Amino acid sequence: MQISARRMDTTTIFDVSGDIDLANSPEIRKALLKEIKETKTPRVVMNLVKVRYIDSSGVASLVEGLKASRDAGTRFILYGLSPAAREVLQLSRLLKIFEVHDTEEQALA
Amino acid sequence: MSGDLLLKMELRSDPGMLCVVRAAMEQLTDVFGFSAPETRSVTRAVDEALTNIMRHSYGGQVDRPIEILCQRVPKRPGTGDGFEVLLTDRGPAVDPSKLKGRRLDEIKPGGLGLHFIRQSMDVVEFKREQGANLLQLVKYLKVEKRD
Repeated sequence: MQISARRMDTTTIFDVSGDIDLANSPEIRKALLKEIKETKTPRVVMNLVKVRYIDSSGVASLVEGLKASRDAGTRFILYGLSPAAREVLQLSRLLKIFEVHDTEEQALA
Repeated sequence: MSGDLLLKMELRSDPGMLCVVRAAMEQLTDVFGFSAPETRSVTRAVDEALTNIMRHSYGGQVDRPIEILCQRVPKRPGTGDGFEVLLTDRGPAVDPSKLKGRRLDEIKPGGLGLHFIRQSMDVVEFKREQGANLLQLVKYLKVEKRD
């Protein structure tokens, strides 16, 4: 799994590629919480186009990001969900809780 | 061993191995005859079960033994053959009564692994045998209905 950040004015986009599982979900969690709580970026976007698989620990990291964003009054957006990632969020009944878009353009609109 | 052996893996409780096991499960379930969604489902269940062993049975230690045994088991009425996965670990005894996934109407970070496992598999059974935890997972092939 690789994660990198693109920072614009009021937005940070995290580009994630590979599988998100127990081996690397702590890294996602740490990056998200730091961006939301410490850097206080108004809008944090997760580009998941290249994420083929996400497990429950990865979902947990996203939920923590969502909760932190709600506490901080910031927007937390996901886009580019693969069928597997979408399935996992649907199974955990979290798909409707997140702000989800298909493309980066829609996510930044 | 109650079924026909398909694949046996012995590994350490290193989360870095999860992707290796997933790759094996994806291929094996496809060869076994499951559909793409079912393949994803079984792979997810095994991955979550392994994750639970690593986190909870072994408390994050990365050098503990885990065995995964995949077998073909006899069909049940109305199904095709079963794909059985037996996961064995040497952690402390699991109390099955405490193995509950959380309610899904709560928005919380954790507690989803068991839910994914139970949602994916037809059989989920926990046993303790000879000082080891044994998790039995079975998914049955669907039988095509005749018109």
